[in-house]
Amino acid sequence: MTATAVQPDQLGPLLSRITGDQKHAPSAHSTLDVLWVLYDRVLRITPATVDAPDRDRFLLSKGHGPAAYYAVLAAKGFFPEQWLDGLGGWDSPLGHHPDRVRIPGVEIGTGSLGHGLGLGVGVALGLRAQGFSRTRTFVLLGDAELDEGSNHEAIAYAAATRLPITAIVVDNRSSTHGWPGGIAARFPGWDVSVVDGHDRDRLERALEPRHDRPNLVVAEVEPK
Amino acid sequence: MMRDTFITATTGLLDDDPRTALVLADISAESFAPARDRHPDRVLNVGIREQLMVGVAGGLALTGMRPFLHSYAPFAVDRAYEQLKLDLGHQDVGAVVVSIGGSYDASAEGYTHQSPGDVALLDTLEGWTVHVPGHHDEVPAMLRTAARHDDRVYVRLAAQENDRAYADGGRLRVLRRGSPLVVAVGPMLDPVLEATTGLDVTVAYTNTPRPLDAEGLRVLTESEVVMVEPYLAGTSAAAVSSALEGLPHRAMHLGVGRTEVRRYGSWRDHARAHGLDAPGLRASIVDFLG
Repeated sequence: MTATAVQPDQLGPLLSRITGDQKHAPSAHSTLDVLWVLYDRVLRITPATVDAPDRDRFLLSKGHGPAAYYAVLAAKGFFPEQWLDGLGGWDSPLGHHPDRVRIPGVEIGTGSLGHGLGLGVGVALGLRAQGFSRTRTFVLLGDAELDEGSNHEAIAYAAATRLPITAIVVDNRSSTHGWPGGIAARFPGWDVSVVDGHDRDRLERALEPRHDRPNLVVAEVEPK
Repeated sequence: MMRDTFITATTGLLDDDPRTALVLADISAESFAPARDRHPDRVLNVGIREQLMVGVAGGLALTGMRPFLHSYAPFAVDRAYEQLKLDLGHQDVGAVVVSIGGSYDASAEGYTHQSPGDVALLDTLEGWTVHVPGHHDEVPAMLRTAARHDDRVYVRLAAQENDRAYADGGRLRVLRRGSPLVVAVGPMLDPVLEATTGLDVTVAYTNTPRPLDAEGLRVLTESEVVMVEPYLAGTSAAAVSSALEGLPHRAMHLGVGRTEVRRYGSWRDHARAHGLDAPGLRASIVDFLG
């Protein structure tokens, strides 16, 4: 269960361990490489620091298809691998959408789309107000999730206040009406990079640098 | 008056306690400008974005701060209901929601600016304390107490006020002794006192309908109880029924009707239209008591 001993190729067996009638399976793996890069290379958080006030925050807004999230958290030792068995069962802490109250290391409970970015803006503001200037806040969304109007309240306000927050949009072209002109066009005032969502080195280069205003990373993956 | 008291008291809390934060959605932003100048990181105006206002409050609470948020009741509660449910309740965090406007203070603005259903909506959620002050001097203590813990608190400010404040309105406080019980919530007290002049009734007051003082209700109810609330009629029916479980009783619930009053005028006009002025209340109570 030591975090450093885990290699990326161990995620496959962990994912395959997640059984049961899991919904939204196709979207789960679209997030796997982003999540691995975050937890393996970027975030300053370990199972020992899940309650540290200055820990980096990762908020999974797109709570759908959390298999990859659970696999990465298990691989990094936030909870026992045995929890991956029986997903969604009465005795399992792991639901089809994650619950922060039940799972160590999970910052927010999500499922209903369009809540993570607003919460993330509040988290980033709370950290800034308390002087945790080194602490970073990341929020992962899906391109279809951007259909929810609440996101656009948060996008505009983060830009207006130059809030240092990083939003990652995993784009598998699942938004029903699409985003003509591109997703980045919906984030005016944000720094933007568009990368291959499965290229771990490029993801790291996009996620690692600090920005003095909001930063969008669009992680493109195969269409759903 | 209540709004001014809220602004003064909350400005004081922001000065005194670095854990306190205030999230606004343009409403009252100018009044908090001095506080914002002193505490720019903790006085946040997100613009006309009520979903974000509640989401930001949830995020602030997740980092250990104590967020206050504020708007008209229909925007803070009705519009942002799912954020109250998920960004606060489901995250297991709290905030202090301070609303203005209530059921029909915005009488000339119309139904878009009115929320008779706010308390009923919060009743569908877990763990909300609901304060309905009857006088502006009751407000500061509610806010100071709320600043010291992390639970979910709703403070419903209104234009209508009683002549005097009652410092201990958290439980049922008896103001007149008789036989059937009439409970007046917040600003309903003065109209209830006037309406029941000369009637043999007990009048009890509370400015904290949630949690309802169930023990007080059981002690004071002999066989008949009338609830008079400044929001949707019957909002407390389930709480009263639960408190009086096993006790034979008759109950009547007076409050704002469901039928939209498509008229303007003042809050007094709307109180009259809903039968919540003294003559209307007296007619209903006399009819009920036979």
